[in-house]
Amino acid sequence: MHELPSNLPCKCTKVGALHWRRAAEKLHAAGGRLLTLWGADDRDRDGRFRIYAAYLLNEGVAVFEHQMEQGAKPTYPSLAEIFPCALHLERAVHDLLGIASMEPDHRGWLRHGGWPQTVFPLRRDFNGNSQFSIESQPYAFVQVEGDGVHEIAVGPVHAGTIEPGHFRFSVVGEKVLRLEERLGYTHKGVSKRFEEMSQKEGHRLAARLSGDSAVAFSWAYCAALEAIARTTCPLRAANLRALALEHERLANHLGDLGALGNDAGFAFGLTQFSRMKEDLLRVNEAAFGARYLFDFVQPGGVAVDLPESAPRLLLDHYLVLEEGVSCLRAIYDNHAGLQDRFREAGVLRQELAEKLGAIGLAGRASGVPIDLRVDYPCSPYDRLKPKLVTQTTGDVGARVQVRFDEIFESLRLCRMLLQDSASGPIQTDCPLATPGQLGLGLIEAWRGPVVIALESGPDGTIRRCHAHDPSWQNWPLLEYAILGNIVPDFPLINKSFNLSYSGHDG
Amino acid sequence: MIDTLSRMMRTGILTETFPTRNAASPQVEGLQRDLRKILGRALCIRHVDAGSCNGCELEIQALNNPYYNLEGVGIKFVASPRHADLLLVTGPVSANMEEALKRTLDAVPDPKLVVAVGDCGACGGVFGNNYASRGAVANVIPVHRTVTGCPPNPAAILEAIRSAFIEA
Repeated sequence: MHELPSNLPCKCTKVGALHWRRAAEKLHAAGGRLLTLWGADDRDRDGRFRIYAAYLLNEGVAVFEHQMEQGAKPTYPSLAEIFPCALHLERAVHDLLGIASMEPDHRGWLRHGGWPQTVFPLRRDFNGNSQFSIESQPYAFVQVEGDGVHEIAVGPVHAGTIEPGHFRFSVVGEKVLRLEERLGYTHKGVSKRFEEMSQKEGHRLAARLSGDSAVAFSWAYCAALEAIARTTCPLRAANLRALALEHERLANHLGDLGALGNDAGFAFGLTQFSRMKEDLLRVNEAAFGARYLFDFVQPGGVAVDLPESAPRLLLDHYLVLEEGVSCLRAIYDNHAGLQDRFREAGVLRQELAEKLGAIGLAGRASGVPIDLRVDYPCSPYDRLKPKLVTQTTGDVGARVQVRFDEIFESLRLCRMLLQDSASGPIQTDCPLATPGQLGLGLIEAWRGPVVIALESGPDGTIRRCHAHDPSWQNWPLLEYAILGNIVPDFPLINKSFNLSYSGHDG
Repeated sequence: MIDTLSRMMRTGILTETFPTRNAASPQVEGLQRDLRKILGRALCIRHVDAGSCNGCELEIQALNNPYYNLEGVGIKFVASPRHADLLLVTGPVSANMEEALKRTLDAVPDPKLVVAVGDCGACGGVFGNNYASRGAVANVIPVHRTVTGCPPNPAAILEAIRSAFIEA
């Protein structure tokens, strides 16, 4: 066991095939959660494939590394029986690297026929720029049979300004008996693309894994890079990163609360919240120089400092925003029609949420108390002491309440960050990491924890970079939350989770 | 109810007008008025995400907020390509979305226009061309107008829609 460079306490253990699964069982029994799972092709170095799993434990992050036999067909024991969310991750590893888990479901998850089945894009000997003509293949959805059961196929192009994905409903009348998701439509080969970039520019790609979590992903990338380069960003930069991250959380929560009102037939909510969101974006432009902070977090610090007028502007804006959200919350809470749609819709009970490995906002709404900012605070959250927001009912209403509470908590954190007058440099030189080092960056985005696992190559290159969005854990929750609900409630329930397609597909 | 009404009254009408960027135009009126004149309150847009990071979607959604008030100019986002006059396409086109994008374009009745949104839609952006990404939208379907930016702001997207019609 050795320490792994990270912004959280992190340990790495090398295990054989037998212990790969046993360790997972032990960690599961101790209340550990699977954070992410990824593979790597190290045949150029020592003739082996490797598979890694990162778990979240009380004391921090534990990474397990399993190296496969040289020359043998690369396989490893599946973790899906212990951690159900591992199934999609394992299928993705198979599509990209050709390392198969011993779980029988090898239907393509990211590979839809865009490249041949015998080609594995993340292997070292694959040229990332090769292009193949698409060969559409039928996908074997699980069929539900019985009197009056029929299927509704939705997507990949959806009826709205949202991302592409496919939902296959099996219904009787209006009642949903089963939902099967098929994702991977926005797979853009991000992991391979990282390997063509230098360490100093990778944050730009990280920010674009899921545009609504740009600050979180770019911060996680920079945290991983700074950890393996043995440097830390200045205090002022950490404060500004946190301010940007909280603004990102605010903007997304405002947008979602409006859309949730609208999906329940209350257009007034959308108008009001979209106005407040636009106001916040304009304040972002005045303070940070951009509406969306894609390239704000950089290795070693941040791109720009706030102008002198910004603290006043921001504090004034928080007052207006707080008044607006309080007023809207009272209206939402007292609106019988709205509450009728919100309550008992899309229920995910705590027991099931725990079993499925729910994480982030959706997890907290079902009483799963995890928030990296609270549990493992890195600078500057160690000084801010954020409060954990949870609900227990696990319905759409709970996910609405978590968003309201988190808005007020974020505003409190933003005020503290602005009062902390620590001046000083916003950027420190981030040296190149020595080759062959693996580091982890973990940041609690508005949706949940995002993870970047970064391995350095020679001369400032990236050898391997695995990016993980909490949507991997939470997409399967939706398949359960919809059961027994009616099809017309799906948009509302889906929106209450608001998961990322792009962040998931990579 | 009284709270809702009072909130509406207090908020008032927020719709803004934006200057057109086309300096050659003799009367530089508001962008929205320009659009209303060209289109006569009758443009239906179908948005297709062909693999974007969802950044552009956020700015396209912003077009419907009270400041830009797209519906006030008679521009509607519709749920089906069969109702659309214009396709607003975001993202580098992922290999997995190539066929869906082509089929969506086929479903739009003629005459039709295509506007590619964002750096990725214009040139592939940070993702470029690779085994899973076809890069620019124009590599897959004919495009009439592109708007760059990562993401482009709502006024820039409006402007691109306007100029697509002027050039068509």
